[in-house]
Amino acid sequence: MAQVLIQSLNKKFDEVHVVKDVNLEIRDKEFMVFVGPSGCGKTTTLRMIAGLESITSGQVMIGDTVVNTLPPMDRDIAMVFQNYALYPHMTVYDNMAFGLKMRKFAKDDIRRRVQDAADILDIRDYLHRKPRQLSGGQRQRVALGRAIVRHPRVFLFDEPLSNLDAKLRVQMRIELRKLHERLGTTAVYVTHDQVEAMTLGDRVVVMRDGRVQQVGEPLELYYQPANRFVAGFLGSPAMNFATVRIEADPGGGFVAANEGLRLTVPPRLTDRVGPYAGRELTLGIRPEDLHIADASDPPDLVFDAVVEVIERLGSEALLVMRVGKDAMVASVEPTVPARMRDRLRIAINPERLHAFDMETGAAV
Amino acid sequence: MIEGPLWRKWLFVNIPIILFVFVLLFPFYWMIITTVRPDSELYRPWNAPNYNPFWTWRPTLEHIQYLLEETLFSTWMLNTMLIAGISTIISVICGVFAGYALARLNFPYAAGIGTGIFVTYLVPQTLLFIPLSDIIRNFSLGDTPWALILTYPTFLIPFCTWLMMGYFKAIPKELEECARIDGASRFKAMLYIILPIAVPGILSAGIFAFTLSWNEFIYALVFLSSPEQKTVPVGVTSELIRGDVFFWGPLMAGALLGSIPVALVYSFFVEHYVAGMTGSVKG
Repeated sequence: MAQVLIQSLNKKFDEVHVVKDVNLEIRDKEFMVFVGPSGCGKTTTLRMIAGLESITSGQVMIGDTVVNTLPPMDRDIAMVFQNYALYPHMTVYDNMAFGLKMRKFAKDDIRRRVQDAADILDIRDYLHRKPRQLSGGQRQRVALGRAIVRHPRVFLFDEPLSNLDAKLRVQMRIELRKLHERLGTTAVYVTHDQVEAMTLGDRVVVMRDGRVQQVGEPLELYYQPANRFVAGFLGSPAMNFATVRIEADPGGGFVAANEGLRLTVPPRLTDRVGPYAGRELTLGIRPEDLHIADASDPPDLVFDAVVEVIERLGSEALLVMRVGKDAMVASVEPTVPARMRDRLRIAINPERLHAFDMETGAAV
Repeated sequence: MIEGPLWRKWLFVNIPIILFVFVLLFPFYWMIITTVRPDSELYRPWNAPNYNPFWTWRPTLEHIQYLLEETLFSTWMLNTMLIAGISTIISVICGVFAGYALARLNFPYAAGIGTGIFVTYLVPQTLLFIPLSDIIRNFSLGDTPWALILTYPTFLIPFCTWLMMGYFKAIPKELEECARIDGASRFKAMLYIILPIAVPGILSAGIFAFTLSWNEFIYALVFLSSPEQKTVPVGVTSELIRGDVFFWGPLMAGALLGSIPVALVYSFFVEHYVAGMTGSVKG
């Protein structure tokens, strides 16, 4: 059990700067998820925690120890790899026992620990098989088992579920979460899948181009994204964005307008939007915060849209619409009577309207 | 597979295969048939009546008997096995370590050194034997098995290194990284994880190295002079061709017996060998 402290961490491969000044505190027993598009530096950061990649500058602490120069074996961590990395010439039992043998545990102790881990992961029946005789899901369990037998201080996961099919991935995701509840070991988990990030993480780190964009609890990131990138990356379907010009309203307050819409800026945002009067900014609204307008919606929060495609998913229907020059997606009741090319009145939920600076992308 | 009518399969698959197999196997057939034909048939002019070079009705073992009793063939066999065996072991050990280092340790100029080693393999033996014979003489190793045991690795080590380097590169890096996180040092990770997985590659390197040194001719011809030190290829050709007289029967018997050990080595390891050539690592 330990916390992981990352301070001003940098990594350069020759001239390519892949991790830029990362500062993070991963608390004891926390499940921390790194998420971001490929090439954002999340895996490199994980590998620096593991000791598989040298640190260009900065510091990594596990517990109270600075581990910058410690070899991986002395960091008391366990790692689960994307391709499982099971030793193909060893049985499942030997795969799980390898780390304990290397650390010179007593034979009885090894047997007991492997049995315990096998019980937890329900792989007792395969202990004497070779990895190639196992299915993808079973291999994944063995890889997990190999990590948990040692009772390490920190688990590191490098996209462990991305080689599984969709159904199994959901199942393993739930099991991983249960396993974490049961063991309570600090975990760092890298993924490019925002659903995994949202469902698994106690907290989530969103990274892009080697920089941390935002750190926080999943819903905090979802409802209060720090910038346009985080807003667009989390959530499916993604947040809608529209470029608007801010104008002072003669009746007080501000109006955000472009060719397709004209909305009164909700009072919650007026103070922050004020300085942008006469300039452009980006509005963001999630598909589920749009609905088909009825009489109760104030007309200054409603706009016209033309339906281009309807995707009926069963639990909801996605309306892909054109609003002026922008495309927008609304998530509505699955039984919505809309058809293609219909002109609809769409209302927004003003509490969930986001605004971002055009240049920096930062939330306004 | 070829789709379509049967004649297409025959034309494009079966007939070419049959031709290919025939061309490959005919020399062996010729070697065997010459070994067992009596001299009276071997040296009959081609236009004699009932001349049939492809078959004999009076097979004989006299050539094999001559080879084993009248020449030093069994000594040559022992010499060849000893020399090929030891130089193979030396070369495979060096090749495994060098190949691992070039594939996995990111030391400066690793790629350049790898290419350099490959270039040394390209220097033809027909040039290299001249300076090597000078060295052999300076170390007074001429006419001893050591002259070959120490010179064969000059072409076997680059070969093994390259073969092993390719094989190690095909093994996922994560296996080793995982072992190092599991508590193994780099050397232990190599010993317990990488080497067992690389066994097919090591066997291929060994078989190739063994065959190359078994068949090697020019160094053996230059560095060895007394008949009791010779290897099979040199012994057979130098002792059974006298002037312009070819003792075809014993020559072919020597070639036949000399190729048996190599054939045995191949057939024992053929499965591993094929796995090694295709670089298959089942994860």
